[in-house]
Amino acid sequence: MSTKMEAVPDARGRFGAYGGRYVPETLMAPLEELERAYNEARADASFQKELDDMLRNFAGRPTPLQFASRLTQHLGGPRIYLKREDLLHTGAHKINNCLGQGLLAARMGKRRVVAETGAGQHGVATATVAARLGLECTVYMGTEDMERQRLNVFRMRLLGAEVIGVDAGSKTLKDAINEAMRDWVTNVHTTHYLLGSVLGAHPYPAMVRDFQSVIGKEARAQILQAEKRLPDWLFACVGGGSNAIGLFNDFLDDDDVKMVGVEAGGRGAGIGEHAARLAAAKGFSGAKPGVLQGTYTYVLQTLDGQVSTTHSVSAGLDYPAVGPEHAWLADRGRAEYTAVGDEDAIEAVKTLARIEGIIPALESAHALAELMHRAPKMKSDQLVILNVSGRGDKDMEILARYV
Amino acid sequence: MSELATEANTVQTRIGRRFEQLARSGELGLVAYITAGDPSLGATEKIVLAAVEAGADVIELGVPFSDPVADGPTIQRASERALRGGTTLAGVIDLVKALRKKTDVAIVLFSYFNPILQMGLEAFASRAAEAGADGVLVTDMTPEEAGEHRTIMRTHKLDTIFLAAPTSTDQRLKLIADASTGFLYIISRTGVTGAKESLPEELPAMVRRARKFTSLPIAVGFGISLPTQVTVLGGIADAVAVGSALVAEIETATSEVLAATAVAQRIRLLKNAAQRGISRRDASL
Repeated sequence: MSTKMEAVPDARGRFGAYGGRYVPETLMAPLEELERAYNEARADASFQKELDDMLRNFAGRPTPLQFASRLTQHLGGPRIYLKREDLLHTGAHKINNCLGQGLLAARMGKRRVVAETGAGQHGVATATVAARLGLECTVYMGTEDMERQRLNVFRMRLLGAEVIGVDAGSKTLKDAINEAMRDWVTNVHTTHYLLGSVLGAHPYPAMVRDFQSVIGKEARAQILQAEKRLPDWLFACVGGGSNAIGLFNDFLDDDDVKMVGVEAGGRGAGIGEHAARLAAAKGFSGAKPGVLQGTYTYVLQTLDGQVSTTHSVSAGLDYPAVGPEHAWLADRGRAEYTAVGDEDAIEAVKTLARIEGIIPALESAHALAELMHRAPKMKSDQLVILNVSGRGDKDMEILARYV
Repeated sequence: MSELATEANTVQTRIGRRFEQLARSGELGLVAYITAGDPSLGATEKIVLAAVEAGADVIELGVPFSDPVADGPTIQRASERALRGGTTLAGVIDLVKALRKKTDVAIVLFSYFNPILQMGLEAFASRAAEAGADGVLVTDMTPEEAGEHRTIMRTHKLDTIFLAAPTSTDQRLKLIADASTGFLYIISRTGVTGAKESLPEELPAMVRRARKFTSLPIAVGFGISLPTQVTVLGGIADAVAVGSALVAEIETATSEVLAATAVAQRIRLLKNAAQRGISRRDASL
């Protein structure tokens, strides 16, 4: 069955009540300029052609949709397919969006890009694309994340990017975004802010979704070829939510395709212990609609509107807000959101490594852990696509402490 | 000008009255920003009263926020200190009430949107107005998102001040001017708050461009800290807004009393330059 969902966002960048544009005035004209440039590029066949060529020949698309026969057998439930974004150049889905925005920045005549990064995957992808396109690149990264993702810091520097540590607040992704926004507001004439997820002010949530929707487009064609039908379930992890929306987007009108977004349950359900914004039904506390970093969405915060700290073993999910489109999908019940704790995510990494020979990123392992909980109760004729959004090479130092 | 703005302009707050007095005396106004609760709300009360005594015409009370994306390091650190001390928006409104018993100075609440949103727009507006605040400036809110905000603030006779930036197009300047009451706040440069040595060359042209769209008084802020900058602006703007320079005095002072004295001294210095500067009406602009 198919129900056409309305096109979102609307002209004001709203996904239902969520989204919008809450920024200092200095950024309004640049956001309008970006929106215009993006709309023009989207309608321009030569831009699409150039992007497609880069995705294929530089990033390594299409990625396989692999039938995980041993995992399927091991869990004894549904037939599980893995969308292998981990095989992309730089090791995660992030490069899909970086190539799109990088080409757009060059088209807009910007000589420099700034980016934030949590796990370092978006930073590495941005540094890579900047090198490929000949753009200057500065990446902001929380000092706690620099410590736990040291290898990615080195990779970015090797690629010629300047990496600036951010020591404010919780020293993680949120604080890196604040600092990237401050850089952008200061250098707005020469610089494009290459935001890495479906966050921020309009048009970022829609634009990043569009650049990531290649994941779901491919997966749809691939599953139809392999199984002659659509999947029953999609699983993806949700930090800001770009890999999840990238997978979900092409299936939103297919009512029978159920979607599960998995957030970071961290080490407990109390505020400050987790990064679960939409999984309140599972007992995680502290999330309410609010405004953070340009958009109206669910935000983990105190009663008087101060943004709270978060915890996750996975730097890429360790963020107090969620993409506004996910907030909208959650409210409408179109996608289900849940959360998985640190320990279960680490167990999931081990399982996939030993059973399928794939070491997933800790972020992606959250989605896998949720699937592992549910699979034994699911029927064997069910079809599941799990997005392996990134590879786990970056997590070796963290994993070494647990495995 | 929109019907909404015209209607709102008929309600005059202490802000409008003060700017009328300044216009009559041909004097450049001084808008003083202080982060409320840095290091405590009690200290802020003393510092504000000293600032008023020293000649500040409008007080902007900064509501500390965990993620101040529009602020440079000085005000970021002040916000962190204030939050560590347990400052909340409700506490800042109580501070307005306490100040109102002692001074008739115009007071603007200067905040990011989320704390206001969480209190609720209506609850915030009624409590702020009852406490004696005169206006509200929300750093991360532009006229496009401000429909409900403006209606509610107007109902409670609070001025809505919006920021204009060097990147604002003419179309945006008109939108901002129409949404603003009390005064229009022009950001002097692209960037975050923080003291700078010089003024951007394009600033006079920017102010002239804004005047095409509004008869409201114009305050210029971001990066203003020195008497020489104030003297130059005397020929251009109706007021200067000074923030980080005052907050830095509070940060380095070793006691509340010394902080209040240092802020007062800095304001006297700037106000002195403002009084001696070329008034806008005398200048051939």
